[in-house]
Amino acid sequence: MTMMIFGIPVQALMGQLLVGLINGSFYAMLSLGLAIIFGMLRIINFAHGAQYMLGAFVGYLLLTHFGIGYWPALILAPLIVGLSGMVIEKLAISRLYNLDHLYGLLFTFGLALVIEGTFRYFYGVSGKAYTPPEMLTGGVNLGFMFLPIYRGWVVIASLIICIGTWLLIEKTKLGSYLRAATENPTLVQAFGVNVPLLLTLTYGIGAGLAGVAGIMAAPVYQVSPLMGAELIIVVFAVVVVGGMGSILGAITTGYMLGIAEGLTKVFYPEASNIVIFVIMALVLLVRPAGLFGKDA
Amino acid sequence: MKTLAFASAALLAATAIPAHAQEVSDDIVKIGILNDQSGVYADFGGVWSFEAAKMAVEDFGGEVLGAPVEVITADHQNKPDVAANIARQWYDTEQVDSIMELTTSSVALAVQGISMEKEKIDIVTGAATTELTGEQCSPYGFHWAYDTHSLAVGTGGALVEQGGDTWFFLTADYAFGYSLEEQTSEFVESRGGEVLGSVRHPLSTTDFSSFLLQAQSSGAKVIGLANAGLDTSNAIKQAAEFGIVAGGQRLAALLFTLAEVHGLGLEAAQGLTLTEGYYWDRNDESREFARRFFERTDRMPNMIHAGTYSAVLQYLKAIEEAGTDATQAVAEKLHEMPVNDFFAENGKVGANGRMIKDMYLLEVKSPDESEEPWDYFNVLATIPGDEAYINPAESGCPLVTQ
Repeated sequence: MTMMIFGIPVQALMGQLLVGLINGSFYAMLSLGLAIIFGMLRIINFAHGAQYMLGAFVGYLLLTHFGIGYWPALILAPLIVGLSGMVIEKLAISRLYNLDHLYGLLFTFGLALVIEGTFRYFYGVSGKAYTPPEMLTGGVNLGFMFLPIYRGWVVIASLIICIGTWLLIEKTKLGSYLRAATENPTLVQAFGVNVPLLLTLTYGIGAGLAGVAGIMAAPVYQVSPLMGAELIIVVFAVVVVGGMGSILGAITTGYMLGIAEGLTKVFYPEASNIVIFVIMALVLLVRPAGLFGKDA
Repeated sequence: MKTLAFASAALLAATAIPAHAQEVSDDIVKIGILNDQSGVYADFGGVWSFEAAKMAVEDFGGEVLGAPVEVITADHQNKPDVAANIARQWYDTEQVDSIMELTTSSVALAVQGISMEKEKIDIVTGAATTELTGEQCSPYGFHWAYDTHSLAVGTGGALVEQGGDTWFFLTADYAFGYSLEEQTSEFVESRGGEVLGSVRHPLSTTDFSSFLLQAQSSGAKVIGLANAGLDTSNAIKQAAEFGIVAGGQRLAALLFTLAEVHGLGLEAAQGLTLTEGYYWDRNDESREFARRFFERTDRMPNMIHAGTYSAVLQYLKAIEEAGTDATQAVAEKLHEMPVNDFFAENGKVGANGRMIKDMYLLEVKSPDESEEPWDYFNVLATIPGDEAYINPAESGCPLVTQ
């Protein structure tokens, strides 16, 4: 006889936990970029979903127009998205730092609508299919579930990316400059550090992280202009639960909420698209600064 | 004498103007195409339906009973409240005579309710629920291209016949999904099959893996996808990833059209069985329309686009036949007149508003079989209209029993 937990066989539950972890990987990568941008620049980057979508589309376009496969695209797509982000920061966002947060939010929101609208015009909403590289296709039978190799790769890659980014910001000299520049820009500037360049770079890294998530999502989901819009609100909730601007908070909460959502899909599927917001409301009631936020 | 002349002139004027107005109200026939143009169903119907409607008007000559015909459009974003507001505005202030397309069942039901209240004609091509011609039918409401029952009979029937006697459903969590699941279940059970379970997912779900795992562990031979648009595409793509098809389970994409197959690609979609009311490469007439549509839109039409063309054309024919655009008279003509165009052969409209015509059971070709772009389907069978659609007398529509 199989063991049951709340009427669900343990094996099925294990499978759902793993699936939740996979989705959590995407949440973590996306909320990480968002948290960096908010934490360092105090910009609520509503264009994050569009940048995620761009990452996927760059991958698709590289493959169809230039024959450039998944592995090079994994480097190129985030670079291209990151660079385009830096251009946008230089041209527009850098002018908004001294204004109310609302202006940054409105600008990036408008930008997202323009980017998504443009892609919708050219590619329609049904999206395009992107095949994963040969060596990542197929799957392994874990006994309790069939794990597609690609999804396993997503979990590992996202862990590497998240930990790497965290180390970059918390443990390196560049990271310490970045943190100092947000803490006290005038003083850091006085030491001869080019603060505007640092800020541009930070936005580029944040956008690039969205681009990585996008190219990693391309083989799993339909590459569609809507893919970011559907995800961005959830990712914002993740960042809020984790504590606005907290990098570690964004990563941990990303995985946790992915799992919570996965479990909801088993016990009460109809609520799976609101469970994250319910958790957000509860967390904010108890800890207004979020789970990992510093009380301001 | 003078008074007599004046009186007769006044009389003439008094009768002449209303008589003219009676023919075509506001001296213009205005058709509103209301559908999703930015969300998950924007390729399913979208602005392309608007284009198809314009083609129908042009083919008809651009005017009816001497009055110009205009087509306008709006995006309802799949929200019944947004759609209801637009519909009221169109009817109340913009002289719209008829609203058509209406993708998304919840929206179609809302707008059909308003149309009935305002005594205006609505012709639904994009939404699927049989409620439109069932309990919530309207004397001025028509349902054109397909419905959940015809999909259940077509795709469901074909798979049961091939031995798919146990089913598990992935169902979109709103009116359309329920209706499709319920009718397919009934059909499967009536043929001796069994439904092992179902799971309801929110509209616009990106990740189906949890649901697919549940479907996988149910052991059902067929996984019925009672959803549409991008949701179905994502579910199919991920089912392949989780080895569901390789593991011997079959997918039934209950509502899947040419537009979604195009997005998904033949590699992932090959072998799927689906049901549509139109396939462009079926005969000369269907090809003729498709080529013209392609020139304007750079895509081949599916049954929603073709159906919208047919609905607009039939509406204009009905106005001409009735000699007026008054709702009552046109609705009567729409109920009486057979539908004959490239979309329907001898289509007939039931008392519940359902346009009954043949449906086609289609199979998606493999990449090798496909000889040119958009060459996607083999036509497996023609399902006669009387089998595909509910007999109006049994539809539950109060208008029929009266």
